[in-house]
Amino acid sequence: MCMRIKDHVIMGSDTATATVKITVDGKTIMAIEGEPILAALLSENIMVNRYTVKLKEPRGLFCGIGQCTDCAMIVNGKPNVRTCITPVEEGMIIQTQHGNGMEEGGGTHA
Amino acid sequence: MLNREVVIAGAGPAGLAAAIEAAKAGAQVLVVDLNIKPGGQLFKQIHKFFGSSAHRSGIRGMDIGTQMLAEAEKYGVEIWINSAVIGLYSDKIVSIERGLENGEKELVNIQAKKVILATGASENVVRFKGWTLPGIMGAGAAQTMINVNRVKPGKKVVMLGSGNVGLIVSYQLMQAGCDVVALVEAAPKIGGYGVHASKIRRAGVPIYTSHTIIEARGTDRVSEVTIAELDSKWQPIPGTEKVLECDVVTLAAGLKPISDLVRLHDLDLTFNAVFGGWVPKHNRDMESTQSGIYVAGDTTGVEEANTALEEGRLSGVAAAEALGYLTAEQAKELKDDIWERLDGLRMGPFGEKRMFAKNDILADFPACVK
Amino acid sequence: MALDQNGVITREELINFKQIVSDERYKKGPVAVIECIQEIPCNPCEAACAQGAIKIGMPITELPILDEDLCTGCSICIAKCPGLAIFMVDKTYSDTQALISFPYEYTPLPEKDEIVSAVSREGVVMSEAKVIKVMNPKSFDRTPVVTIAVPKEMADDIRSMKRK
Repeated sequence: MCMRIKDHVIMGSDTATATVKITVDGKTIMAIEGEPILAALLSENIMVNRYTVKLKEPRGLFCGIGQCTDCAMIVNGKPNVRTCITPVEEGMIIQTQHGNGMEEGGGTHA
Repeated sequence: MLNREVVIAGAGPAGLAAAIEAAKAGAQVLVVDLNIKPGGQLFKQIHKFFGSSAHRSGIRGMDIGTQMLAEAEKYGVEIWINSAVIGLYSDKIVSIERGLENGEKELVNIQAKKVILATGASENVVRFKGWTLPGIMGAGAAQTMINVNRVKPGKKVVMLGSGNVGLIVSYQLMQAGCDVVALVEAAPKIGGYGVHASKIRRAGVPIYTSHTIIEARGTDRVSEVTIAELDSKWQPIPGTEKVLECDVVTLAAGLKPISDLVRLHDLDLTFNAVFGGWVPKHNRDMESTQSGIYVAGDTTGVEEANTALEEGRLSGVAAAEALGYLTAEQAKELKDDIWERLDGLRMGPFGEKRMFAKNDILADFPACVK
Repeated sequence: MALDQNGVITREELINFKQIVSDERYKKGPVAVIECIQEIPCNPCEAACAQGAIKIGMPITELPILDEDLCTGCSICIAKCPGLAIFMVDKTYSDTQALISFPYEYTPLPEKDEIVSAVSREGVVMSEAKVIKVMNPKSFDRTPVVTIAVPKEMADDIRSMKRK
C-alpha cells in the first residue's frame, strides 16, 4: 500500500523517486533521499513507532516537528531518535522501540 | 566568541521578515532555527493567503516562503538550520547548539547587539479516552506530512476543531487524496472563516457543531471514534453518540505561544486568553521589557502568518534603527506603514478581538524599561 | 441554520448582505456571484477585476460589492479569491440550462464534455452535469475553474461538483 501523493493540483506531480534503501524491523523499504524517516514509514502505512515503558502502549506520529517524541525509534542501534526530523540514509536500520529502547535488542548496539 | 549585530531565534514568517528588514537596512543578521529547513510553517501553507492585495495576499504561503528565502539571501542573511538557541544571557550572549553538516552538534556562543525572539507557537492537544493511539495527531502534523513530505497519514480522517487550521487542513487533506469523514466542533458555532467551512461542505464533509469526541478505539491504531452532542454546559448528551470509522484523527484545538526563550531571559509576561496564553509584554517597536530584545509573531500571541510577518518586519526595522542603520524618520515611515497594515488585518468580527488584545498588551508595557 | 453554524450560506444571508444578483442582470448573460458575507481582512478580488466591478475599499475588512452592470462575467475573479467564494452563473446559456463556473482545486481535474455530478453548497448531488470548460492558466496560480451546464432551475443552488 503506497500512501505517497502522486498527483496534486497545487504541488504538481511527484517527481522524486525512492532510491534510498532502509530496513524497518527487518523489512526493506524504499525511501526518498532527504525525507524524514517517518515519511518513509507512513508511505508504507506504518504508524506505530514505539511502545511506552510502563503500560506498553503504542505511540506514533503526533506533532511532526520534533517536539513531542512520540515518534522516537531505534535508528542504527541508537534509541530515542525522533524520526519526524531525522532524514533517511542509505542502509539505515530502523527498529520499533519498546520502552526506553535499552532492552529487547534495542540499544544493545549503542 | 562570535559577534553578530542581530541574532534571531526562529526562521518562520516573523523571524525571516525581521531578518530581511534588518539586513536590508544594513545590519549583519544571523537567524537560528531548529528545523531541517527554514520557513517555519510557511511551506505547508499551500493555500492562497488573505490580506491586502498590496502585500502578497492571494499568494500561496509556500510561495511567500520561497520569496522570503530569496530575499534573505539577497540581503546576506545568514541562516543556521538544525540549530537551537539554548541559552540567552545578560549582555545578549546567545548560546546555540549548532547542527553541523556531519550530523554532529557544537556549542557556539555569540555576542549579539540585538536579539529577536520569533519562536512561534505549538499545537494544543485534546485529551479524550484513547487519545494517545497512533493515528491521532495534531492537525499541523498531518499538514506537514501531506504538504511537505507528500505522504498521507491515512485514508479516512476525523478532524476535531473548526478554527481556520481545522478547516484549512481538512480541505488540504482532501486535496492530498484523503477522505475527511467529519469535522467535529465543541462550540455551537464554527470558529474559523465561513468561506473555509463552505469549501469543505461543498466537498461533502459534515460539520458537527456542539459535538466532541468521547472516545477513540483501536489496537495499535485508531479505527473508530465515538462522538456525541454537547449541551449548553459542554456535557455530552446521552443517546446522541455516533460512531465514525477512521484511521486518522487530527486535533485542531488552537495553539499556544512558545515562550521558553522569553522565560529564560526573564522578560515580563502577561496572560492573554485571546492570544493563547502567556506572552511577553512589548511596545510598538516589538521591544520586550529588556532593552534590545525584541519579540515577534506567534510568540507574542497566536495570530496568522500575515500578522506574524508584519510584526517581524516591525522588529527588524526597530532593531536596525536602534543600531543606527535607519534614521528616526526613515524608521517611523516604515513602522507607520506596517502598523497601518497590521491594524487592517486586525479588523472585522474575527480580527477585532485581537486588536483589543494587542492594545491591552501595548498599554500594559511598563514605562520604565530594564 | 446559517453560515457560521454549518458552513452553508443561506439565501437570507445573501439577501441581507446584498449579494444577490438581480433577475434583470441574469437575463443579460454571465455574471459573477460573490458569496462573501463575513468581514475578513481580504481584498484580492477588488484588484482582480479589470472592469472595476468589485469594490471593497478601506478598511480591507469591508465586504465586496459587485457592480453588476460593470461585470462582464469574465470569471477571472473566481481564481483570485483566496476564499474560493466567487462563482460565475450564466442563466442565458440555453432555454433549459445554465452555466455555473466554480473553483476546483482537486485532482484529477474533469475533462471537457465529461459528465459529472453537480453538487449544492452542502455537497449534495443535485443533478448530472456536462463539463463545458476547464480553465487552468498560469495566471490562475493553480486554482482551476470548471464550468458545467446544469438544469436552469438549479442555478442558484449548484456551486461545485463531486470530488472523484
